[in-house]
Amino acid sequence: MNAPGKIDPAVRNFQINFGPQHPAAHGVLRLILELDGEIVERVDPHIGLLHRGTEKLIEAKTYLQAVPYFDRLDYVAPMNQEHAFCLAVERLLDIEVPRRGQLIRVLYSEIGRILSHMLNVTTQALDVGALTPPLWGFEEREKLMVFYERASGSRMHAAYFRPGGVHQDLPRQLVEDILAWTRTFPAFMDDLEGLLTDNRIFKQRNVDIGIVSLEDAFAWGFSGVMVRGSGAAWDLRRSQPYECYDEMEFDIPIGKNCDNYDRYCIRMEEMRQSAEIMRQCCERLLREPGPVSAVDNKIVPPKRGEMKRSMEALIHHFKLYTEGFHVPAGEVYAAVEAPKGEFGVYLVADGTNKPYRCKIRAPGFAHLQAMDFLCRGYMLADISAILGSLDIVFGEVDR
Amino acid sequence: MVQSDMDDTLKELGAHVKEALPDAVAEVIVAYGELTLVASASEVVKLLTFLRDDPSCRFVSFIDICGVDWPRREKRFDVVYHLLSPTLNARVRVRVETDETTPVASATGVFAGALWFEREAFDMYGILFSGHPELRRLLTDYGFDGYPLRKDFPTTGFVEVRYDDERKRVVYEPVKLAQEFRNFDFLSPWEGPEYVLPGDEKATAPKAG
Repeated sequence: MNAPGKIDPAVRNFQINFGPQHPAAHGVLRLILELDGEIVERVDPHIGLLHRGTEKLIEAKTYLQAVPYFDRLDYVAPMNQEHAFCLAVERLLDIEVPRRGQLIRVLYSEIGRILSHMLNVTTQALDVGALTPPLWGFEEREKLMVFYERASGSRMHAAYFRPGGVHQDLPRQLVEDILAWTRTFPAFMDDLEGLLTDNRIFKQRNVDIGIVSLEDAFAWGFSGVMVRGSGAAWDLRRSQPYECYDEMEFDIPIGKNCDNYDRYCIRMEEMRQSAEIMRQCCERLLREPGPVSAVDNKIVPPKRGEMKRSMEALIHHFKLYTEGFHVPAGEVYAAVEAPKGEFGVYLVADGTNKPYRCKIRAPGFAHLQAMDFLCRGYMLADISAILGSLDIVFGEVDR
Repeated sequence: MVQSDMDDTLKELGAHVKEALPDAVAEVIVAYGELTLVASASEVVKLLTFLRDDPSCRFVSFIDICGVDWPRREKRFDVVYHLLSPTLNARVRVRVETDETTPVASATGVFAGALWFEREAFDMYGILFSGHPELRRLLTDYGFDGYPLRKDFPTTGFVEVRYDDERKRVVYEPVKLAQEFRNFDFLSPWEGPEYVLPGDEKATAPKAG
C-alpha cells in the first residue's frame, strides 16, 4: 500500500487477470490488464493454453493424415481450414479439381463462413449484454451442422475436403434441402437484425469502439473483415479467386468508420451474401453431374465399390492408406478467405510422403497480438467488446 | 497462358528489386506461380523496408514470419517472410538463412505485426531476433525448456504432466510411453532395396579369358 497522503488512494493503479476461464475470453485467453481507474493502460495477452503442437504432428503424418488436424484449428469453420491445406497440396502435385468438386467445396466453405460469423456476431452481442441472439443463432447453426453431418458423417471434425477434391458426392436430397434452407435464411437474418442493428445498448457499446486505420490494419497483419471494416475492398475470393469463386455473383461489403459496429454490419451482410453463393452452388449442383475428385488413382483413393471388383483398385487403396502419396519437392503458400481472415498454409515438401514443414498462418493470431494496440486508452468494459469483434477462436491462435 | 503472364510479371518485379538492392537479394526464384527472394540476413530489414515503401512494390500487408529447420546445413535455419501487396495483387516470399547463435534483425520496426510471429519463431526454433522489444516464449508452457519444432526434438517431448493427489499440485515427470512410439517412414519397399539372386551377376560380368 502507498503511504497515506502521498497518492490519493482513490486512483490506485490496478493489475488484473482476465481469464483464462472468463466467458468473454472466447476460449482460453489470459489477459494481464494494467488499469488506471477504469482506463486500460496496457494489455498483455498470454496464449498457448490450447497449444497442441499441430505443426509438429503434421510433420510426422502423411499428407492425407494431416487433413483432420485442420478441423481442429478454427473449430467453428472446419472445412475452410482443410481447404487451404488441400489447395497447397494440389498446387505442388499440379492436379485439377473437377467442377462438381469445386462447387461442393465452395458450398461448404460458405456454410463454414455462416457458421463462424453467426457464432461471432451473436456471442459478441452476449459479451455486451444481449442474451437472446446466441439462442436464436445457435438454432440456425445447428441446421447447418446437420448439413455438415449429412455430407461427411460428422458435425464438426469433417475431414471432408481431400487433396484432389472432396471425399464423397452429395446426395441429391441434401442439395435440395440446402437450397430450401437458403430461401428461409434471409427472413431469419431480418429477425436477427431486428434484435441488434438498431438496438441502442448494442450501438452504445460498439460504435466508435476499437477503431483501427487501414494502414495500421495492414501493418499488423490483419485480414478479412478486419481490413474490410477499415475500408479496403480486399477479399481473396474476388482478388485472387480460387476454385470457382470467379463464376459466382456476390458483393463485398466494406465499412467506413473502422469500428466494432462496422465490422458487425459487414459480418451480417457477408452471411446474406454467403447464402446467395450457396444458392448459386446448389442450383448448379442439381444441373451438373460429374466426378467430385480428381481421377488420378495415384493420389485419390478408389471408391469401395471399385475395390470389390478391381485388383488394381485394391492395391491403390492399400498403398494410399499406408504409404500415402509422394509430393514433389518444393514450397508453396496457399491462402483462402476463411471467415476470420486470410488463412494460409506454407508447405515445404521434400519429395517424401510427409510434409517437411507446414506452417499454419492463422488470422486470429495476427488479430490477437494487436490487443494491446487496440485497447490502450479504452475502458475496461470495452475490452470484451473489442475482443469479441476481433473474432478469436483459440484452436487456430494456439495451434 | 494466364499462369505464364503472371510468372513474367513476378520475374520483372523480382528483377526490379534485385536491381535496386543488389547486395540484399542473392537470388530471384519464380516457382509454382510464387516469387521468392533469397536474401542475405544482414540486409533483410533494408529489403523489407524497400518492399513496403517502393511505389512499384507496395507490399504493405504483413502476412507471416516462420522458421524452417534444415539440421544438415551449416546455417540450419531458414527464416521465411511472406508479404502481400494489395495494390499489385501479388505476394512475395523473402528467405534468409541463419544459425542458432546469429541473430536476424527484427522486422518489428517495419511491420508492427512481426511482434508475435518472431516470438513464435524464437519459441519454436530458438531463432534469435536482434532489436525485438520482448523476445520471450509465446506458445509453450511457463518454464518450458527446448525448442519443439526443431527436427532433433522428439514428437513426444521430454516431460509429461499429471496431477499429484498427495502433493496437491501438478507435477512434471519424464515421458513414459505405454508402447514404443511408432514412426514408419513408408519409403517404398518396392523401390528401395535391390534383391540380387545368386548367379545373376554372371550375366553382366566381363568374360574371363
